[in-house]
Amino acid sequence: MAEGKRDIVDILKAIDRRIIFLLIALAVILPLVFHLVFSVHSSPIVEAIFDKIESLPPGSKVILSFDYGPSTVPENQPMAEAVARHVLHKDLKLYMMAVWATGPPQTEVLIANVIETDFPEKVYGEDWINLGYKAGNQGLINAILLDLKGMYTTDIHGTSIDEFEMMKDVDNLTDMSLILCIGSGFPGMREWVQFAGDPGDIPVAGGVTAVEAPLLYPYYPRQLLGLMGGLQGAAEYEAALVTKYPQYKASSEQAIQLMGPQTVAHLVIIAFVVVGNIAFFAERRRDRRRKA
Amino acid sequence: MRVQIPLIITFVVGIALIVAIFVPHDPFHRMNEDFSVYFDLIAVFAFILGGGNLLKIHGNRISRRGRDWKYSVVTVVGFLAMLVVGAFKIGGPPGLTGDVTADGSWFKFMYDSIFVSCQATMFSLLAFFVASASYRAFRAKTKEATLLLVAAFIILIGRTPLGHYLTGWLPQPLQFLHIPNLSNWILSIPNMAGQRAIMIGIALGIISTSLKLILGIERSYLGGESK
Repeated sequence: MAEGKRDIVDILKAIDRRIIFLLIALAVILPLVFHLVFSVHSSPIVEAIFDKIESLPPGSKVILSFDYGPSTVPENQPMAEAVARHVLHKDLKLYMMAVWATGPPQTEVLIANVIETDFPEKVYGEDWINLGYKAGNQGLINAILLDLKGMYTTDIHGTSIDEFEMMKDVDNLTDMSLILCIGSGFPGMREWVQFAGDPGDIPVAGGVTAVEAPLLYPYYPRQLLGLMGGLQGAAEYEAALVTKYPQYKASSEQAIQLMGPQTVAHLVIIAFVVVGNIAFFAERRRDRRRKA
Repeated sequence: MRVQIPLIITFVVGIALIVAIFVPHDPFHRMNEDFSVYFDLIAVFAFILGGGNLLKIHGNRISRRGRDWKYSVVTVVGFLAMLVVGAFKIGGPPGLTGDVTADGSWFKFMYDSIFVSCQATMFSLLAFFVASASYRAFRAKTKEATLLLVAAFIILIGRTPLGHYLTGWLPQPLQFLHIPNLSNWILSIPNMAGQRAIMIGIALGIISTSLKLILGIERSYLGGESK
């Protein structure tokens, strides 16, 4: 009996990591295959961004910075697309740029998925513009706070910035009503708060990966208007958008659909941690009994 | 002179930028703007420096057949391949003014087919390693570890729709026990307090280091020893 119990403890204590990998893979694949979708409710920190965009009058200028790369696309791209869709729906002017060199390809994806699909009537240079990437990290943010046209003399295609209608009354970042940063590291949301939002008194909001979100809570709500944290944050924004504008249900539920695999994967991780702890306490109890 | 001139430049620029923050009027305000532009110009040159440094380090490792030198070959070949197809705009629209990321360019093909796939794969692997590491290391050995474990469970469940399903039925007076609310509380109160403490500590460290640089106490950036 004692031998059998020891065996179980030992088995639970040392599960082969290939079994863990297999179960995590199944936790992600099966909900995708069977379209497991949960309803998502938005939290106050995400609703704050939604409400801010709702409150801006038509024609207000919003800058959207793509500060991420392909590795975090599943978390960041749905955020960018949801806020861009909302901004364009509200007839706000959308200025897209990137502080990361890997940002512009993601801008192209957004243009194809959002602007060309849902807003084909929007005119480039009048309703939205793509300023592209510039080197300089936080130095670039600091520079465009004082002189945007000095740093961006052309758009991403090399056309002079002065040729665009929506650039005529823009001198620097203080002309923007809202800064939206979708980021996954340095430079990112923190730098936008420190070098643009705070010194220029411009509202800053946006979304970051789940691992980075806790680092930004010290700025919320005074310096950071709102925050989408990870896939859940993106799903919450999509939920708020789709609730108010059901016409985007088909196109703006990427993150909501991905929450199924994420939820099951979280449950599998919790299950493994519980199993590991059961084995730990069982082993401790067994050792005490042996000593006694 | 080789030491004095850089020290004087550092001192003057450092003091001027500090004054520019507290005196937002010309000429200090203008100086802040100009220095930001200089910084951006220098940042562009950092790409050349970074590329040269990468070639030097990995080139040395390959020539000496150092540890894992075969990976250095992959790094150098990858770097040079992207550099050549990007700089010479192979494929896609012709000419120096052609868009390097246009459809049909080799650069775009390599970016989409190799870089994107590699980055996505590397990041995706994290899920597997996080699960394995959590199982092996996350043990309630002490009171502190137990607290961390409970907080982790609440965050893991609270950051999914499951939290709403599990405790959404709680009556209004007990809503503070609703898992998403508990998750938000952990992030907004204990997490924020800890993060602020760390940030203030880092800021004090940066101020101290900056003062040492401006006053010429810290001189390692000149290539020599600190005094």
